[in-house]
Amino acid sequence: MSALLEISGLDAYYGRAHILQGVGFGMGRGEVLALMGRNGAGKSTTMKAVMGLVPPARGEIRFDGQRIEGREPFEIARIGIGYVPEERRIFSELSVMENLSVGQRPPREGVPHWTPERLFALFPNLGRMRDRPGGAMSGGEQQMLTIARTLMGNPRLVLLDEPSEGLAPVIVEEMAKTILALKGEGLSILLSEQNLHFAGNVADRAAIIEKGIIRFTGTMAELKADEAIRAQYLSV
Amino acid sequence: MFDLILTQTLNGLASASSLFLVASGLSIIFGVTRIVNFAHGSLYMLGAYIGWTLVTWLGPTSGLGFWGGVGLAALLVAIIGVVIEVAILRRIYQAPELFQLLATFGVVLMIQDIALATWGAEDKLGPRAPGFKSFVILFDNRFPTYELLLIAIGPLVLALLWFLFQKTRWGTLVRAATQDREMVAALGVNQRLLFTSVFAFGAGLAGLGGALQLPREAATLHMDLSMISEAFVVVVVGGLGSVTGAYLAAVLIGILHAFGILIFPKITLVLVFLVMAVVLVVKPYGLMGRRPVGAARGTATAEPLLRPADRAAKLAGLVALILLAAAPLVTPDYLLLTLTELVIFALFAASLHFMMGPGGMASFGHAAYFGLGAYGAALAVKWLGAPMEPALIFAPFLAGIAGVVFGWFCVRLSGVYLAMLTLAFAQIAWATAFQWVELTGGDNGILGVWPSHWAVSKTAFYYLALAICAACVVLLRVMVFSPLGYALRAARDNPLRTEAIGIDTMRVQWVAFTIAAFAAGIAGALFAFFKGSVFPTYMAIPRSVDALLMVLLGGVQTVSGPIVGAFAYAGLSEQLMKMTMYWRFTLGLSIVLLVVLFPRGLVGGFLALRERRDRSDKDGAVVTRLATEGAP
Amino acid sequence: MSAVVSPRAAVADEAVLVARDLAKSFGGVHAVQGVSFSVEAGRMVALIGPNGAGKTTCFNMLGGQLKPDRGEVILAGQAITGLKPRRVWRLGVGRTFQITATFTSMTVRENVQMALISQEDGVWNPFRPARTRHVAAADALLAQVGMREQAERACGVLAYGDLKRVELAVALANRPKLLLMDEPTAGMAPRERVELMALTARIAAQEQIAVLFTEHDMDVVFAHSDRVIVLDRGRLIADGTAEAVRQDPQVRAVYLGSGATSGGH
Repeated sequence: MSALLEISGLDAYYGRAHILQGVGFGMGRGEVLALMGRNGAGKSTTMKAVMGLVPPARGEIRFDGQRIEGREPFEIARIGIGYVPEERRIFSELSVMENLSVGQRPPREGVPHWTPERLFALFPNLGRMRDRPGGAMSGGEQQMLTIARTLMGNPRLVLLDEPSEGLAPVIVEEMAKTILALKGEGLSILLSEQNLHFAGNVADRAAIIEKGIIRFTGTMAELKADEAIRAQYLSV
Repeated sequence: MFDLILTQTLNGLASASSLFLVASGLSIIFGVTRIVNFAHGSLYMLGAYIGWTLVTWLGPTSGLGFWGGVGLAALLVAIIGVVIEVAILRRIYQAPELFQLLATFGVVLMIQDIALATWGAEDKLGPRAPGFKSFVILFDNRFPTYELLLIAIGPLVLALLWFLFQKTRWGTLVRAATQDREMVAALGVNQRLLFTSVFAFGAGLAGLGGALQLPREAATLHMDLSMISEAFVVVVVGGLGSVTGAYLAAVLIGILHAFGILIFPKITLVLVFLVMAVVLVVKPYGLMGRRPVGAARGTATAEPLLRPADRAAKLAGLVALILLAAAPLVTPDYLLLTLTELVIFALFAASLHFMMGPGGMASFGHAAYFGLGAYGAALAVKWLGAPMEPALIFAPFLAGIAGVVFGWFCVRLSGVYLAMLTLAFAQIAWATAFQWVELTGGDNGILGVWPSHWAVSKTAFYYLALAICAACVVLLRVMVFSPLGYALRAARDNPLRTEAIGIDTMRVQWVAFTIAAFAAGIAGALFAFFKGSVFPTYMAIPRSVDALLMVLLGGVQTVSGPIVGAFAYAGLSEQLMKMTMYWRFTLGLSIVLLVVLFPRGLVGGFLALRERRDRSDKDGAVVTRLATEGAP
Repeated sequence: MSAVVSPRAAVADEAVLVARDLAKSFGGVHAVQGVSFSVEAGRMVALIGPNGAGKTTCFNMLGGQLKPDRGEVILAGQAITGLKPRRVWRLGVGRTFQITATFTSMTVRENVQMALISQEDGVWNPFRPARTRHVAAADALLAQVGMREQAERACGVLAYGDLKRVELAVALANRPKLLLMDEPTAGMAPRERVELMALTARIAAQEQIAVLFTEHDMDVVFAHSDRVIVLDRGRLIADGTAEAVRQDPQVRAVYLGSGATSGGH
């Protein structure tokens, strides 16, 4: 089976700062991969580069065999990559239903077709507040809404940027269950994470990034076994 | 009495409709693109002119001819909007706010000359609308039916807009993009198409507003700037981004005008200003507005470190001053006149820079204080019979007092809101000078403002101007590095932190605003004696933009930049004016090109070049390293 | 409510901050409803709770950014309820923000100097060069947080962890009685978190400053707080030692969960 996402030699800059320096890794269909590393290591930038929100200076990004680097974000979204940003970024003045409708795209072959009703089954909280403006929801509810909104585009791959950051431990547990449920639906997920406990619970494989360079790729079990790597790059 | 109130209310409501169409378009465009479209008044003017041409051509007497012409005019203006968006705005969405504003002002200048070339300088009297030529009798008053139609159009368009934004997918996408356009794109929405459609829609509304106004008033070449400043007032009062707010504010301003003309015919604008003041005090973001969310996104780039001048820079300044002081010995008389003007403009630019650079308050109406300084001097000479010396001292106080009053309101806002408000105030100052004929001589200005006997010669006046301006510029510089200047920068860099270390940010900004106004007043007073006369144009929008261009050309982040910018810009534009009749078009085009080619400004463009060079250097290094590592 | 007295608090010392029955609503939503607690000199108190529990609202009422609908805030015996942030600061409350708030166009030293100028002589002098004011005092504060070597660097180019230290130095410039820190370690690497909070605890003990902080990282909370206060839906549901709060069934239900993903042990 060919890789779903294949990144190689990816370079990206913010102004003069060289954030990504030849990042490369791949992930298969139906896989959950955790991109791990400290703050500022390049996790978010990698996701933004895949999404076309940060223009890569060099390198290749292949999605389902197709090169996508340098394309517009909306085109990348339309071929089946969904993006859930770190700071949630819901449309605070739009209601839950309206937030979902912004993300809505036509059904896609070979992936689950999401409707508001199906999403409300997955996120029962959202179903109880369909007309509530996004700004009047709690942080955990907002995080669920961003994920639901992205799913409305029927993506094949979801980029989840730090889904557990700033959430109460009890909500983090719920988030882990949600990710596993999505994996059960056959969705591929690339998530960035600092929390090893969380990543260990949901991911099949991990990649560690440090100062814009990938230092480790392997299964979650391999990472758990390798204390030296964890101590060096994750400082736990 | 009652019927008078009724008639004037109806009059006000009728004039509110066009104002609402323009302001709501402005507001919608700003919401999505974050660009304050200075050229929106120009689109309104184009709507009127194009409407006039089309209606005349299609036959003003037939209903189809008139309404077809009006509709077609709106459509054509929408298409012009598409051209502007695709050719210019699309390239500068990432540019700093001020550059965007400047680019749209470039469009204003270009459209002015295009309209002049196409329709000539004469006013175009509009045709009456067929079917609405008669009157109805309301409480013994004849009231034109067309006015009633206009009154109905306002709420009708408001309802239509509400439906469009609340009930259609396009509307939902527009509202979402208003909050976070990047996220909308990441969800698969073609952002470019959305932006273009929004701009076309807003432009079409302005065009419709202009065409509908035809039966009420003639199309003129001045309607662009008078409309844009009123639309700014409406948008600030109603709340940027709120269509309902724009309607309420348009009605409020329309009615104020209608009654103001009855009660204080000379100072209707002052009345508008007072109402705006009250609204802003009670609700700083307008009647229906909310605190802008854009700032909370933290998109602002970090301001670079500001260092006092090193020895080399101080030496360069001294050399420049000595050269300027020695200039009269070698330069011919006419050049000395140009130099005097440049020296005065350098102070004008430095005063704007003081509030814009360290203060972070961009003013689009700084000419108001320059002009008030000039009028202060002229009024002292004309009405008090004062000689030059006391007049020069009195004049900046007039500007400074205006700075105290206007500044009090302005510092309550920030960013583009503040810029719009400064522009509105400048228009009020301009209109007062223009309308209050008894005091100011109106359009004819005040003549005979000559310097004292000892300063009459070109050389003597040059030295006077140089001494005063150099001293003021040095003083402004000292202030930048004083505790006050530091507090001002602190308030710009991070108001939250500034308040949290015990500093009253608004008061610091207010003081800086006043100082800038005062310094501009000094420049204006010198300018009055230099020219021997003052005119309302001293306070007009183009002069404010002159100052902005000088500052931006020289660089906002450096303290000496505006002085260099003043010399570069004033020298250039003078040459341009001599060369071509359509200097507005040429100037506008150069501004637009400058912004499109260097969307991050001249300094930013230079930095971008350096970034690119750094990267290729690094690549070179990588390649060499690989080569050596690859060697066995 | 579990009110277990911490062993250190048993040495009865005076409360620097007393919040009494604080309440605030936004358009009918009761963000904070009747919250009371106190913080003693030299103590580190953590304020935790789910998102939207009212932590930030509570903080903003203490710091003067919001005016409470009801209740009072007392600082060292003096009511400061509803005063503006700049007045609150003058009375001895230092503050750090969730998103670091520094002056990027100034050097590290100038950032601290600005606070000292505001405290000592006011900002209205338009002539005297500001760079020469309070240099020694600024450097002493920077030395305290370990930033003395970087005094000449621009704040705009500092690493995130260093920025947090600068903010701490600025917050200490007015010799505060109370330090309010909103998510001081958000966005930091685990090791940096521990270092910053250890530093804060050391300074707090030395200078007898009362510290109140909000935090999402339970490792930080349980390692560095003398007491933990838990808010949920605008109400105080627990106030006690870290250990007592961790065992509290209500806190586990609404906030801590089973501890499987949070790193709580």
